[in-house]
Amino acid sequence: MSKVQFTIDNLQASIANKEILKGVNITINGGEVHAIMGPNGTGKSTLASVIMGHPSYEVTGGAIQLDGEDVLDMEVDERARAGLFLAMQYPSEITGVTNADFLRSALNARREEGNDISLIKFIRQMESKMKSLEMDPQFMHRYLNEGFSGGEKKRNEILQMAMLEPRLCILDEIDSGLDIDALRIVSEGVNAMKSEDRGFLIITHYQRLLNYIQPDFVHVMMQGRIVKSGGPELAERLENEGYDWIKEELGIVDERVGVEEEFQVPMNTVAPKY
Amino acid sequence: MTTTTILPVGAAYIEAVSAATKEPAWLTNVRLEALELAGRLELPKYEKTRVDKWNISQYGQYNTEAAVASFDQLPESVKGLIKTEDASNLIVQRNASVVFSQLSEELAQQGVIFKDLHVAATEHAELVQKHLFSVIKKDENLVTALHAAAFTGGIFLYVPKNVQVEVPLQALFMHDQEDAAFSPHVLIVAEANSSVTYVDHSANTTSTSAIVRNIAIEVVVQAGAKVTVASVNDLAANVTELTFRRAEVAQDGQVNWIIGEMNAGNSATDTTSILRGNGSESDAKVICVGSNDQKLSITTQAIHWGKNTNSDMVTRAAMRDEATAIINGVTKIEKGATYANGEQTERVLMLSPKARGDANPMLLIDEDEVKAGHAASVGQVNENQLYYLMSRGISREQAQKLIIYGFLAPIVTAIPIAALEAQLSEVVERKLGQ
Repeated sequence: MSKVQFTIDNLQASIANKEILKGVNITINGGEVHAIMGPNGTGKSTLASVIMGHPSYEVTGGAIQLDGEDVLDMEVDERARAGLFLAMQYPSEITGVTNADFLRSALNARREEGNDISLIKFIRQMESKMKSLEMDPQFMHRYLNEGFSGGEKKRNEILQMAMLEPRLCILDEIDSGLDIDALRIVSEGVNAMKSEDRGFLIITHYQRLLNYIQPDFVHVMMQGRIVKSGGPELAERLENEGYDWIKEELGIVDERVGVEEEFQVPMNTVAPKY
Repeated sequence: MTTTTILPVGAAYIEAVSAATKEPAWLTNVRLEALELAGRLELPKYEKTRVDKWNISQYGQYNTEAAVASFDQLPESVKGLIKTEDASNLIVQRNASVVFSQLSEELAQQGVIFKDLHVAATEHAELVQKHLFSVIKKDENLVTALHAAAFTGGIFLYVPKNVQVEVPLQALFMHDQEDAAFSPHVLIVAEANSSVTYVDHSANTTSTSAIVRNIAIEVVVQAGAKVTVASVNDLAANVTELTFRRAEVAQDGQVNWIIGEMNAGNSATDTTSILRGNGSESDAKVICVGSNDQKLSITTQAIHWGKNTNSDMVTRAAMRDEATAIINGVTKIEKGATYANGEQTERVLMLSPKARGDANPMLLIDEDEVKAGHAASVGQVNENQLYYLMSRGISREQAQKLIIYGFLAPIVTAIPIAALEAQLSEVVERKLGQ
């Protein structure tokens, strides 16, 4: 496999005619781990959804390329087969479809027709990956995410990532709702996948996760843009000092994007009397 | 104003059936009484469905099919439909008559009866006469009366008290002659503290001219007994199905229904549990897939008479093309049925803009000290679920299939015989994949 190259160039996107991404630029090369940090509501999760092709978002400008191929031109499933993977913050629950059936369909979708993965090989592979993520083997036959706890869902996302071996892994708030043990297990799962053939984009608003998964680059997102980039030391400074110093430095008052203006009750008005 | 109803069957037809099956005189008399009632009765009321506009007058020709002595002598077309590892407890009805019937020696010695209803009417006259049409009565409406008058073939299953039948007893109803009559009656009697699982499968192997199948399954569940009935119906578009399935459950008894309504033609089916005794329970799981322009009226009911009675009903329907389904769930709690608990859920998945599905939950409660609940929904394949599956590389088409199949799976997997479960999965896949 060749070294991955993933580029986002001046990406702009909106939802319901509200612009959320206002020109995002990132380049990720094989073997690199990039972290995107920032307070809530600054466009981080939107970036992840837009890369994957969530139907609610409309791309209004810019480009995304994976190994020179135009990602924005692809359907969601084509993006996945091209090598993109998004570990979601809120994975869907799907009744009646077992975890095993689902993963086998996903693996077979990457293979030529008539060349399906053998059942034995698949089960062995799934069992061994589940073991390393300390997942109960019975989760194989549970309906996809149905009745899973928050932590179980996150582990299941990492399990899928490990099975599908993507070229670019995007982790959207994978640490939210995880206790320390689960965080360690999930991080070990991610670290085990680091390779020159693979890039990572990790979205989080806690520095905590980055103690477990060492980033090479840290980007801070505000108002739908990357406003500051640096090395791992930037994450440490954010941990110690918060985000206010960046806002001050850049003259940002409200770091959020796409927020409705709050309705202010005009002065000198009185609630109607009934 | 009086109207003269022209009945689809007459006295001559009935006498011919009686003579051909050599059934006892009492049964012929029951048929003739029923025929007379049919002349006066109306169609049952089907919510929002004009069953009177359907083809409900072709009951077909009565012919006797030759019986076979062993499983191996069954035609290949029939054998192909029997997906089972074990045919030791099996009845096969071909068109209007039972052609093969087998019960293991072990069960026969315990007093279990599993045979052609016509034969049982002679050999076990007292038992059959006592229970036949005791749960689904011939004087209820035009459909039940015509059924009692004109039923052809069917099964008597009797389990003596305290006998636990561990293996499922199976029946195959198959239609392979285009205008043959095909309206069996299934009578199941489970005596006190017994248990049994009955599984049937209905199918066509050849094309058929327009025909009505008016089938009834009546189940007598005596005190403390437990009966499970699983039924997979996979009949061709020309077959109009009118079905009543009903169980009357005595104290601490239990009935479970697992029904696959996979017919291609118009079908009006009613699956009812009458919880007569205190502490009795029922569970009904129904799935249906509607395709082309077929019309379906699928009703499940739980009628609570006894105290501390429990019922649960789940219906899931996936509707394609221009198919229409009216899904009714009726939980009725009668006065005096204190501490009854009735739950029901109807879910309809619409797969095409021209398909139609109505979910009508009805709670009719005449007692204060009860619990009852319902949930109903009609919707399309969830876009977020599609996105999630596609984000793993699964094509839109395949993702849709997985979601639809998953929607029906919790009921398909409840089928008590693995081979029949596989068959139902196959039918579901075929109906969804056309």
